[in-house]
Amino acid sequence: MSAETEPLLSVRGLTKHFPVRDGLRAKGAVRAVDGLDFDVRPGETLGLVGESGCGKTTTGRMLVRLLEPTAGSITFAGRDITRAGRRDLRGLRQDLQIIFQDPYASLNPRHTVGRIVAMPLQVNGITPPGGVRKRVQELLELVGLNPEHYNRYPHEFSGGQRQRVGIARALALEPRLVVADEPVSALDVSIQAQVINLLRDLQRDLDLAFVFIAHDLAVIRHFCHRVAVMYLGRIVEIGDRDDIYRRPQHPYTRALLSAVPDVATLGPAGRIRLTGDVPTPLDPPSGCRFRTRCWKATDRCATEEPALVTRDGGNQLTACHHPESGPMEVSK
Amino acid sequence: MSLSPVEGVALAEIESPGDGDERREKEFVGRSPGQLAAARLRRDRTALVSGALLVFFVLVALAVPLIEALYGVGPKEQFQGRLDGYGMPLGYAGGVTGEHWFGLEPGLGRDIFIRMVHGLRTSLFIAFAAAVLTAVIGVTLGTLAGYLGGWLDTVINWITDLTLAMPFLIIALALMPTVALRFYGQREAVPAYFQIGVLIAIFALFGWTSTARLVRGQIIALREREFVEAARASGAGLGHMLFRQLLPNVWAPILVAFSLAVPQYITSEAALSFIGVGLTDETPSFGRMIYRSLDYLQTDPAYVFFPGITIFALVFAFNLFGDALRDALDPKSSR
Repeated sequence: MSAETEPLLSVRGLTKHFPVRDGLRAKGAVRAVDGLDFDVRPGETLGLVGESGCGKTTTGRMLVRLLEPTAGSITFAGRDITRAGRRDLRGLRQDLQIIFQDPYASLNPRHTVGRIVAMPLQVNGITPPGGVRKRVQELLELVGLNPEHYNRYPHEFSGGQRQRVGIARALALEPRLVVADEPVSALDVSIQAQVINLLRDLQRDLDLAFVFIAHDLAVIRHFCHRVAVMYLGRIVEIGDRDDIYRRPQHPYTRALLSAVPDVATLGPAGRIRLTGDVPTPLDPPSGCRFRTRCWKATDRCATEEPALVTRDGGNQLTACHHPESGPMEVSK
Repeated sequence: MSLSPVEGVALAEIESPGDGDERREKEFVGRSPGQLAAARLRRDRTALVSGALLVFFVLVALAVPLIEALYGVGPKEQFQGRLDGYGMPLGYAGGVTGEHWFGLEPGLGRDIFIRMVHGLRTSLFIAFAAAVLTAVIGVTLGTLAGYLGGWLDTVINWITDLTLAMPFLIIALALMPTVALRFYGQREAVPAYFQIGVLIAIFALFGWTSTARLVRGQIIALREREFVEAARASGAGLGHMLFRQLLPNVWAPILVAFSLAVPQYITSEAALSFIGVGLTDETPSFGRMIYRSLDYLQTDPAYVFFPGITIFALVFAFNLFGDALRDALDPKSSR
């Protein structure tokens, strides 16, 4: 996981604005994602974390091209795929797959599990050696399902099993990068651990890179090599997992981490309470977007937008004029 | 594909923790939502009775030439000899005899049973053809509007609203004779197939809107579902999206709409024939029979009784079956 490896996925200035219309006239735009830069190296897991509505899911959908980016570029394995058409996407889609959040909505209720898992092979006209059925059964086995359940329907499975089916479908084309959009948020805690461990085993065995979207910091910490913290369509901090969790520099990251109910390390006094609501992405605050809720905000934060830069020459990039320093436990 | 049956049994025992109803697990074949609905339908007594009645009616309609051959009487044969001096059928209950099961028409002396059998065929043919046509138009337009959205959706919605704003009865009254006059002269006889065709066309013209709206709503709801996005993320084309992912999930409401549209067309056809813009007396139909029978309501009540009760039973059975079908396909819907 050295920094020298060529990135598999490279995102520059990725932006998605959803136009808001009043009748026929455009009335502004929801700036769901507003200029993201990040890289994912082969076999690496990048966690995207942030509260609801910060643009995590929009980012994930743009990566697999379910949404068209408004601006910016996505480079995958050295190819610019931002504007690739449907034909060009065919080959690409084999390398880039997505796992969805809701295992109850992500499987077609009218199809057997076998057909669901075989769907990516079918639409891409691929006949694997040994036949589709054999490949599907291999995949089911790979994700820890009974291959004999080939002919069953989704409604006959539990949430965790359904999510495994979704994972098998994502793996059918042997992708190199999988976008996992909150893959365990809809599952019971006990099942979450199983699915996370499955994903980790798969990553190790198949050398997969992941963009792992979640709002659960514990899950991210367990699973990801690097973490990007998002706030209102921007990355406020990105870096290696241990740096982010031990020495967060951005006040928002600190507030997020302090909100994790972990009584062993933080007493109630350690909790940073953010006041107010997240500003509307229709009209985000000037300068630093977090300044309206930040306890360190100054006049400079309102006028000048902080750049995402490293503070200590390492891999940890922070977009803040007044970064914190030192380990998490000591501060506040 | 287990090598020995024992192996399958062993697996089944591991999988299902002794749930008495789960013996089918042995084969590891799941039951599709359609199979589950069929099973629910089979448990529903109303559905069974109404379904059996419908099958009977359809069989009778299909077997018209056979019935006619066995019965030995044609629909246009007149039995004046069995009428009295006033043109009323001799005997009881409108002239019911072993040869004429449902009696004879007053005046012309035609056999009511064979005319009803023929009328049943006409009614069912018109209703089914119109229902199939409306379903095809409605599903096509609804799917296109719902899936593609944008300006196409707007245009189709406009056409739907426009169609809904047109008064069915007035346009049917105005259109039927005009179209007939356009193709056939003042004195020419309009052939039956032409009248039937125009009726079906008018029903299709007005009937597709509800199906289109229903399908459009369903498709819009499904379009955002994650399994549809999963197919899109895998690079599925339009055909796969529509026919493999979306449409299989809207068959249930389409089927219900279809089964409830058929009785509606049966009554509409009867109503149009009754007021004289549908079929003429040449073609046996329920509407014409009931219309003619009204003159004899006092003197020969049996004449209105047979076609009346049959069309009632037919429509009632269709409606009951449609409701049962809806319950079976969507058990969560409130009754």
